[in-house]
Amino acid sequence: MMQKRSGSGRILFVAFATVLIAVGFTLSAHAADQKPIKIGIVSFLSGPPAGPFGVPARNGAEILAEALNEGGKVPGYGTKGLGGAPIEVVYIDEAGGTTKQVTEYRNLVQRQDVDLVIGYISSGDTLAIAPVAEGLKKLTVFFDSGTPRIFEDASYKYVFRTGSHSTMDSVGAALYVTEMKPNIKKYAGINQNYAWGQDSWSDFEAAMKILAPKAKAVTSQMTKLMSGQFGAEISVLLSSGAEVIHSSFWGGDTESFVLQAAPRGLFKKSTVVLTCGEHIMYRLGNQIPDGTVLGGKGTVGIFAPNTELNRWFQKAYTARYDVPPTYPSYRMVQAVLGVKAAYEKAMAANKGMTPTQDQVIASFEHLSFDTPSGIVEMGLGKGHQAVTGISYGTTKVVKGKLTITNIKTYPKEKVNPPEGVLSKDWIESGFKRTK
Amino acid sequence: MIELLSTVVDGIIYSSWLFIVAVGLTLIYGVMKILNIAHGSLYALGAYMAASLAGYWLAHGYPPLGSYGMLALSAVLVGLVMGPLIERGLLRFMYGKDEVVLLLATYSVFLILEDAIKLIWGVDSLSIAEPYGMLGSVDFAGLTYPVYSVLLLAISAVVGVALAWVLQRTRQGKLLIAVIHDSEMSAVMGIRVPRFYLVTFTVGAMLAAVGGAFTAPMVSVVPGMGVEVIVLAFAVAVIGGLGSLKGAALGALMVGLVRSAAVHFLPQVELFSIYLVMVLVLLFRPKGLFSSAEARKI
Repeated sequence: MMQKRSGSGRILFVAFATVLIAVGFTLSAHAADQKPIKIGIVSFLSGPPAGPFGVPARNGAEILAEALNEGGKVPGYGTKGLGGAPIEVVYIDEAGGTTKQVTEYRNLVQRQDVDLVIGYISSGDTLAIAPVAEGLKKLTVFFDSGTPRIFEDASYKYVFRTGSHSTMDSVGAALYVTEMKPNIKKYAGINQNYAWGQDSWSDFEAAMKILAPKAKAVTSQMTKLMSGQFGAEISVLLSSGAEVIHSSFWGGDTESFVLQAAPRGLFKKSTVVLTCGEHIMYRLGNQIPDGTVLGGKGTVGIFAPNTELNRWFQKAYTARYDVPPTYPSYRMVQAVLGVKAAYEKAMAANKGMTPTQDQVIASFEHLSFDTPSGIVEMGLGKGHQAVTGISYGTTKVVKGKLTITNIKTYPKEKVNPPEGVLSKDWIESGFKRTK
Repeated sequence: MIELLSTVVDGIIYSSWLFIVAVGLTLIYGVMKILNIAHGSLYALGAYMAASLAGYWLAHGYPPLGSYGMLALSAVLVGLVMGPLIERGLLRFMYGKDEVVLLLATYSVFLILEDAIKLIWGVDSLSIAEPYGMLGSVDFAGLTYPVYSVLLLAISAVVGVALAWVLQRTRQGKLLIAVIHDSEMSAVMGIRVPRFYLVTFTVGAMLAAVGGAFTAPMVSVVPGMGVEVIVLAFAVAVIGGLGSLKGAALGALMVGLVRSAAVHFLPQVELFSIYLVMVLVLLFRPKGLFSSAEARKI
């Protein structure tokens, strides 16, 4: 026979049960808040761009996502994951061309049901993905790719790019060489014969026409992507008498060009500017001749500011992968931190509740956020395109080790067009800041 | 005049490289009627093996000149292992089938080898630049050229002359020509055709690997490097006439000189120059410059 509870016992029992239920509700509500945020990360994991770009970018995402999920590891970003929700990452290979990438993107959004996509190195891929992302209404952040056309030719609500576009690289290179050689008379170019190489040379030549109007472009060599054989091109450059040679080569082409041109004395005869050269500096090391001008598409890697956030990233990345991070890693980190900053800003505006995608997008527009490469400002493309400063430096081998000297950093206003002005028009106007 | 001279020199250097990378493809097609798409991967394997072996050699402080031996050894190893493996392990089961089936089989080998390379060496580039600069350089036509380019020229000449000598001056070469003309009749006459196929494929694989091994010091060895080469080798072989040794030599020379002229005088058409030569040749000689007349089979 059950004993009847006393009055005070019944009160205690009810109070205890109420507390348990309340705690249970709180826990379940908290658990619901902790639903992981699934991010599709797209980067080259195979093919020629994988080694120099794709894998370092993927590694940057991996190390940052893990550190954010642990919480309290990333200076300036103390909250776990995104606003407390853990980050779950799905990696996709960018190799295979634009048609495959559009299919992969649809798979990510419609089958894998990711909350957002961060990715894309190839300009062709970004141009193809942007309208698809808009159609599927999915927040998509491009971390790299050079073409200015994405936000200069169109306007998107769901698409962002957290790295500066290629105009900055070419204008920065022209500023650097004209300061280095104010009386330059002849310059030349060797670039890959597709959109990236052609746009880079076109912007560089246009900037040189403004900065050194008396200088003449003596030859522009356009080589097949990944051809690897530059014997005849090097002969032409050697006999051209160019004081400066501009190249936006990347990956294996950059390395092959350096390996073939250095023994033939091209680097002694001319100042070679490798606008993306930073990403090969740890691979080739002291095989890069003294006096080569290197850039890294921003203030990244060796050019990055000496902040607590950058020191953490450098240390964590080097410890994990035995090599310092290069610009693709930095650019990927910019994208992930941009999303985190936008998400948490939207969450704060939503009184701590999980923000909607539209709220995150509204927070992302015109946002400024801290990254290992400094402050990134979403200053162009109606707040969807990032602008940053850029650095260039000159190589010098000291005691068998490659170092960078004469580093110059140009602020974002000096190397990027103002809002609403096309890059080409801005350069041709003589870099005017007003319309 | 100096510009013209350097155009010719650059063209000849490029031609010698093209001949080395194309001759294995044309040899295999000439004897076995197999368009070996895996040629590109064998080239890449040669390059990776060379970067590994020569890198190991130099890293351990052995005499630097020995690194050239390592390049050659890499090609021999790749040829001796991969040639028999592909021919005995796969292709021999498909002899007598349509040429397209064999082409698809070699394409599948190409895809497998490309992934195998990534599994073994990863996606990071390798470089072994020392042999390229070690021989010094020479000044010619007002320009500096590495002596290594002369070495490439010598290798292509040796390969071409050796193959021509074996085919035309040795008993085995004459038997091989009989196999090329009619393999069934050759088998009836007592020639061991499968053995000739095995040797030919192995030598073809080795030549592809020679191309890769001796290219490795000039370039960054990266995944996918074989893709570009198979297109070039195919273009050269088609221009010369698939299966023709003389054709491969002349095709390489024509492509090399035209490309060099484009780079020197009209760089904007360089991308198209190789295919321009191919179109012009095929317009007038649809089976290539040195294609042999085929007897009509009833």
